[in-house]
Amino acid sequence: MLNDVTFGQYYPAKSFVHRLDPRAKILFMIAYFVAVFLAKNFFGLAAVTLFLLFAVFMSRVPFGRVLRSVKMILFLIIFTGILNLLFYSGELTYEPLVQWWIVTISYESIVQTVFLSFRLFLIVMGTSILTLTTTPVALTDGIESLLKPLMYIKVPVHEVALIMSIALRFIPTLIDETNRIVAAQKARGADFETGGLFKRAKAMIPVLFPLIVSALRRADDLGDAMEARCYRGSKGRTKYKKLVLTWRDLLGLLFFAALIAGIVLLNIYFGGKFDILHYFMGG
Amino acid sequence: MQIVAKGLTYTYNPKSPFASQALKGVDLTIEEGEFFGIIGHTGSGKSTFVQHLNALIRLSGGQLRVGEYDLSSKKCNFVELRSKVGMVFQYPEYQLFAATVEKDVEFGLKNFRKELTEAEQTAAVREAIETVGLDYDALKDQSPFELSGGQKRRVAIAGVIVTKPEILILDEPAAGLDPLGKRELMELLHSIHGGWCKTIVIVSHDMDEIAENCTNAAVFSDGKVVLQGKPSEIFRQADKLFSLGLDIPMTARCALLLRAQGIEIDTDFTCDDFAEKVSALWRKGGNHAQ
Repeated sequence: MLNDVTFGQYYPAKSFVHRLDPRAKILFMIAYFVAVFLAKNFFGLAAVTLFLLFAVFMSRVPFGRVLRSVKMILFLIIFTGILNLLFYSGELTYEPLVQWWIVTISYESIVQTVFLSFRLFLIVMGTSILTLTTTPVALTDGIESLLKPLMYIKVPVHEVALIMSIALRFIPTLIDETNRIVAAQKARGADFETGGLFKRAKAMIPVLFPLIVSALRRADDLGDAMEARCYRGSKGRTKYKKLVLTWRDLLGLLFFAALIAGIVLLNIYFGGKFDILHYFMGG
Repeated sequence: MQIVAKGLTYTYNPKSPFASQALKGVDLTIEEGEFFGIIGHTGSGKSTFVQHLNALIRLSGGQLRVGEYDLSSKKCNFVELRSKVGMVFQYPEYQLFAATVEKDVEFGLKNFRKELTEAEQTAAVREAIETVGLDYDALKDQSPFELSGGQKRRVAIAGVIVTKPEILILDEPAAGLDPLGKRELMELLHSIHGGWCKTIVIVSHDMDEIAENCTNAAVFSDGKVVLQGKPSEIFRQADKLFSLGLDIPMTARCALLLRAQGIEIDTDFTCDDFAEKVSALWRKGGNHAQ
């Protein structure tokens, strides 16, 4: 179904990263997080950045497109950055630069701010490579497969995954539907663009009611269709598209293993993030 | 109000991998007073085109003028335009939302004609509901969701014509209706056409509907107008329509079959005219045989 991919930020392309198994990609993502949090100094973060750039290059997604995902949480990065800058409470080796009321700006807090903001930035960029190169359906397939062991403790993994993929599948449909209803109500003079928050919320009523009615109708239809095809839950079901690990996933594994090993070495060799201060301040 | 489109282009999701050009330069003029048919298979751009006519889709390429409204101008009063160009979407009953039929129908009125008094509004709502052939007193306090499918559609159409638009656009108005419902719908459209509603534009897959009702029509294919003229002229080009994946009305099919038998019938493809021409020919033939 073509609709599957028009949702979210999936960027269609044929690349090494696109072709990785979704399960492998999810695990790589976790490995990437480990690498980012393991890095104790700026050399480590630089290594992760290089790795990230390499991954973007391999994914054939335009760099601006990946960067766009950061825009959404730019506020969060700036906000936490300011908090770190003003309220850093760690041990200070050097004289603070500014000390006023409860606010302290020190060399350490600057380092801390830059370091944490950069870490957050790397995490968001990395996650967006996953969502840019994996269709939502592949992603749920991957999650379902990875969570399978939980079935032994009676977690309905298949059902949860099915609910997730149905929800994802219906997002574009409901977006279409919303657009159609908005257009129809606009044609009848509805105004969604002016007025305060309350007025705008009220203006959404003629959209929300038909939307809920149609979502329920679709749910009914889908339920009927599934029953008509004898759907009875996960027991004995086989998959149409089987996930298969390939040489690409193995290669990916090597890359990530190298990344983590590299980070560990850089940590040992260059020490903590504040050591850079000794270099500049000559301590 | 005359509708003039020149070189209209439109692209969905521009500058993305999902970009698709829906209109590739549409030139089309619809005169006031016409009952205009727009034909085209799914994805030919016809729905995109009609949504331009009341600025639901903003002009992005080419020129479009509806009456005195120049849609390429930034100063164009889109709200006023929308009150004059009514639009009935496909399956309009799915857009009903209010608690009662009366409230739903008066929605457009309250948005466009704020100056009306309560009494004037009620009168307009009553007129609209009665125009679509429903009983105002019996239905006004009912929930629109409790009505039958056909009634829901009528209520939805009443909600559009309540402001008496000069141009009424209907996207597949008869889709999903039973034969009686279709007939009644077309009768309804004819009853308002020529009155306060000057121009009617219908988008349809049903060639019989176009042949029976329209004064003029245009065929859309791949984002362009490929044929234009009276239905009688368009349906003469059966081969071209077939090659576009479209059909011809039943009467045109019969005329083709008769032609294969060596009988030429010069008809405008409405059922009445077709029956008349055939019977005239038959009488002539009958006389000949005597």
